[in-house]
Amino acid sequence: MTSIDMPWTLQLVIVGFLLFGALVALIGSWGLAKLPDIYTRLHGPTKASTLGVGCTLIGSLLYFSHQQGGVSFQEALVTIFLFATAPVSAHMMGKAALRRRLKGVPGTRNMPDR
Amino acid sequence: MTISRRSRQYWLPRPLFSLFLALLWLLMVNDFSMAHVLLGLALGVAIPVVTHAFWPEEAKIKRPLPLLRYLLVLLLDILRSNLVVALRILRPARHLRPGFFVYPLTLDDDFAITILASTISLTPGTVSLHYDSEANTLLVHALHLEDEAEAIASIRERYEIPLEEIFR
Amino acid sequence: MIATIVPIAMALFAVAALLNLYRLAIGPDIVDRILALDTLMINSIALIVLSNIWMGFGMLFELALLIALMGFVSTVAMSKYLLRGDVIE
Repeated sequence: MTSIDMPWTLQLVIVGFLLFGALVALIGSWGLAKLPDIYTRLHGPTKASTLGVGCTLIGSLLYFSHQQGGVSFQEALVTIFLFATAPVSAHMMGKAALRRRLKGVPGTRNMPDR
Repeated sequence: MTISRRSRQYWLPRPLFSLFLALLWLLMVNDFSMAHVLLGLALGVAIPVVTHAFWPEEAKIKRPLPLLRYLLVLLLDILRSNLVVALRILRPARHLRPGFFVYPLTLDDDFAITILASTISLTPGTVSLHYDSEANTLLVHALHLEDEAEAIASIRERYEIPLEEIFR
Repeated sequence: MIATIVPIAMALFAVAALLNLYRLAIGPDIVDRILALDTLMINSIALIVLSNIWMGFGMLFELALLIALMGFVSTVAMSKYLLRGDVIE
């Protein structure tokens, strides 16, 4: 860790990204653990975890771009990949849940009866 | 469908996609030297030639500029939706009113529908679950559903109409 | 400043991973377990990237990309199996 020679504004931005990302991802996983049925649980990971990890990756991108001189794009690739695939996997899991006729929580409106 | 091996259709079915693949390769190796540029371009030509047979119908992006604006709006909405979902998760679960609703699509291009479904999954409190190709509808689950008609109207206005503009 | 924040962020992600493990253990359905595994994969990407900063390697992205790919493909494959596996069609 040699972050002494980094300007403090950049450090602040990186720290902001890392902390915000970790908090959002934690809330996403908290939702996964606590929400009552599979359909509501789908929301936490698809949105919060993806954004949280995305922010962490951007923080890392900024850090290594400064450390190694020149921009490293690989984290950006991972971020884009995560954002492109998260809705697809959520869609597939939701479809599987519907096919297995999993019940929603009582009070779910318009529960499909297939 | 058979295409003559001499035509551009065979060797370079989608020039922009080839360029995109080359760029992706450069970003992945993170090395912009001449050798990697050439290798990336070679891959950009070779991969479409090999996989061309499996491709679905070509999606027509008619206007790239509105697409950029759409992506920008999407980015902001992802941030906003995360705050909304985070607040809903932190509140006690009995305040939630989850529900399903059927969203009638007006788009008919497969690629555009894919983008719309992904958008719905990434934005405030909604996940698309099932696409009914006969009725051309999406089954959507909302974490907190207050007014169906309003939810449908907001998706239509915010995402589907811009997408129609891009792909028409 | 970064040297103090990175371990904190890692701890937060570790708690997130524990919550995922909890969901993985209690289920109740197999779809919940797939979802828990998927989230665990995503969180482990963040852990790898953070430990990359912490140790100053700057060369673990291939690993992150690989885990992202594997997580996506395995999630879709397992969901697809459930869709085809016990369906009354």
